[in-house]
Amino acid sequence: MSFWEYVGNRHTQLLTDAYQHASAVFQCMVVATVLGVALGVLTYRSEWAGNLATATTATILTMPSLAMIGLLIPVVGLGVAPTVIALTLYGLLPIVRNAIVGLRGVDPTLVDAAKGIGMSRTARLLKVELPLAWPPILTGIRVATQMLMGIAAIAAYASGPGLGNEIFRGIASLGSANALNQVLSGTLGIVVLALLFDAAYVLIGRLTISRGIRA
Amino acid sequence: MPEPSGTTAATGAGIRLENLTKRYAGSPGPAVENVSMEIKAGELVVFVGPSGCGKSTTLKMINRLIEPTAGRIRIGDEDVTGIDPVRLRRKVGYAIQSSGLFPHMTVAQNIALVPKMAGWSRPRIRDRVAEMLDLVGLEPGEFHGRYPRQLSGGQQQRVGVARALAADPPVLLMDEPFGAVDPITRDHLQDELIRLQHELHKTIVFVTHDFDEAIKLGDRIAVLRERSHIAQFDTPEAILTNPADDFVSGFVGAGAALKRLNLTRVRDVGVVDFPTAGVDDPLQSIFDLLRSGTTNEVLLLDRHRRPYKWLRRGDLSRAKGSLARAGTLVHDTVTRDATLRDALEAVLTDNAGRVAVTGRRGEYTGVVDMETLMNNVHELLEADRLEAVEHQHQLQEQRALLTRQEQEGGYAAGPNGTDGPAGVTA
Repeated sequence: MSFWEYVGNRHTQLLTDAYQHASAVFQCMVVATVLGVALGVLTYRSEWAGNLATATTATILTMPSLAMIGLLIPVVGLGVAPTVIALTLYGLLPIVRNAIVGLRGVDPTLVDAAKGIGMSRTARLLKVELPLAWPPILTGIRVATQMLMGIAAIAAYASGPGLGNEIFRGIASLGSANALNQVLSGTLGIVVLALLFDAAYVLIGRLTISRGIRA
Repeated sequence: MPEPSGTTAATGAGIRLENLTKRYAGSPGPAVENVSMEIKAGELVVFVGPSGCGKSTTLKMINRLIEPTAGRIRIGDEDVTGIDPVRLRRKVGYAIQSSGLFPHMTVAQNIALVPKMAGWSRPRIRDRVAEMLDLVGLEPGEFHGRYPRQLSGGQQQRVGVARALAADPPVLLMDEPFGAVDPITRDHLQDELIRLQHELHKTIVFVTHDFDEAIKLGDRIAVLRERSHIAQFDTPEAILTNPADDFVSGFVGAGAALKRLNLTRVRDVGVVDFPTAGVDDPLQSIFDLLRSGTTNEVLLLDRHRRPYKWLRRGDLSRAKGSLARAGTLVHDTVTRDATLRDALEAVLTDNAGRVAVTGRRGEYTGVVDMETLMNNVHELLEADRLEAVEHQHQLQEQRALLTRQEQEGGYAAGPNGTDGPAGVTA
């Protein structure tokens, strides 16, 4: 069976896997973004807290994803839970780091000006600092998404959802007729998804970054 | 110009600084020590001093961007030392160097910020933004939707001032606002500020290290030395003619008398009358004028009464009675609004040492020559000197009064005390 015949025969299964893959990454990215930006906002003002947040998230990233999921299984069981936890944790680093760098990079005279015209602490953060730090934060989110696309494939190891299942099935039956097709369709599916997400981010950037600071 | 609907157009409120001190942890001496100063409502006061003298720190203590370590600040009748800083800053406009505009907001959004925070209605904010742009000389339709990076430095600075004034605060603080623009633009912006202040009568505190800027803008100038100690606080005229000490005269720099010329306009001094004749006058009458008069020269005016030619006694006969060929063309005139310095410049370059003064439409109003200029300047300087001396007497008396009261009243209003009745510090 050629690759395209395989894809034709199994397209329902592949689409379901792709949808679940995308959905898992998307949801984890939402959580990681909220947590990451919150962490950044809470820590960027203090030298050591910011560095601690960056160092911690960086340490998480150095752990092999397979090992991380393996370690999570005894704690939270198989399935969706370890996938979501692992993906969210991995997604944090680029977002936290870029949030901190972005917020620290806001011109202090602008913050001073905001204070001087009578903006409260919250207004300053929401109307001046975050919008100005948003381009680097969005870059962080984009990088994190690319990374999670690949890591999500490993989730199949813990019976998680997604295109990883195709890949693992193929690896498990190496030598059989469809093994290569399975691995290939899973991998290509992930690449296509990643490209689609990236296109979406370009669009989001166009819509959310003010024309006044767009490069 | 439409009145800002709903608000009573706020003109200035007086500012009083009482023994204001700022100490930073870890530095041996205070950055600002015991500054007391009274700024009248509607006055433009310039803080000028060398860099690092604490003038900016003092300014930032007025809107409490820097919290004073000790002392009190009053704006109008209110002691603002303890109130919510955000509430305080809403009624104190703030303009800084390099404009401080938010790059991600349009010009209109930047200007609308403070009115929005003050809870104005949408239509009112829209009108106000247009009004403010108009006020600072930017066409509202054109600049409304632009982003700061699409503006020149001077335009950004104008928008910065518009933003600071948008909610009509009685007090405006300006921290070296024109420090980052080129000299020509700076000159324009200074003129604009003078015009604005003429219309608005805000209380403005302006920080600069440029003494010439201080002279040009200030109703009064506070020359500050290290730790914001006030070396002299007086009108530009008094500081120029009677600097309090070596520090001030060092800061005034060379050419104080020349700088003084910038402060007086031609209309303030007497222009002298000069015999004139129109181009359409019969030749014979011009001859008669030249021959009869005490003068050997007349100023020929064109049909709109604008200065046209200087005509000497011999000129007409030399040109064989043709007015078109006789005399020398007037190449330079000054308006009644020109400074004495401009007039002097014109007189010096004129080969006969006089220059025609013109009115609004270029029509002749008189002549200034070296002699009148000299006399005027001497009178001015003398008057300044007398005034400054009197001023110093007043200051000494005031100081004496203050010390006496302090000795009698003790510390009636300590740094953390509640509002003492106004009058404790006279």
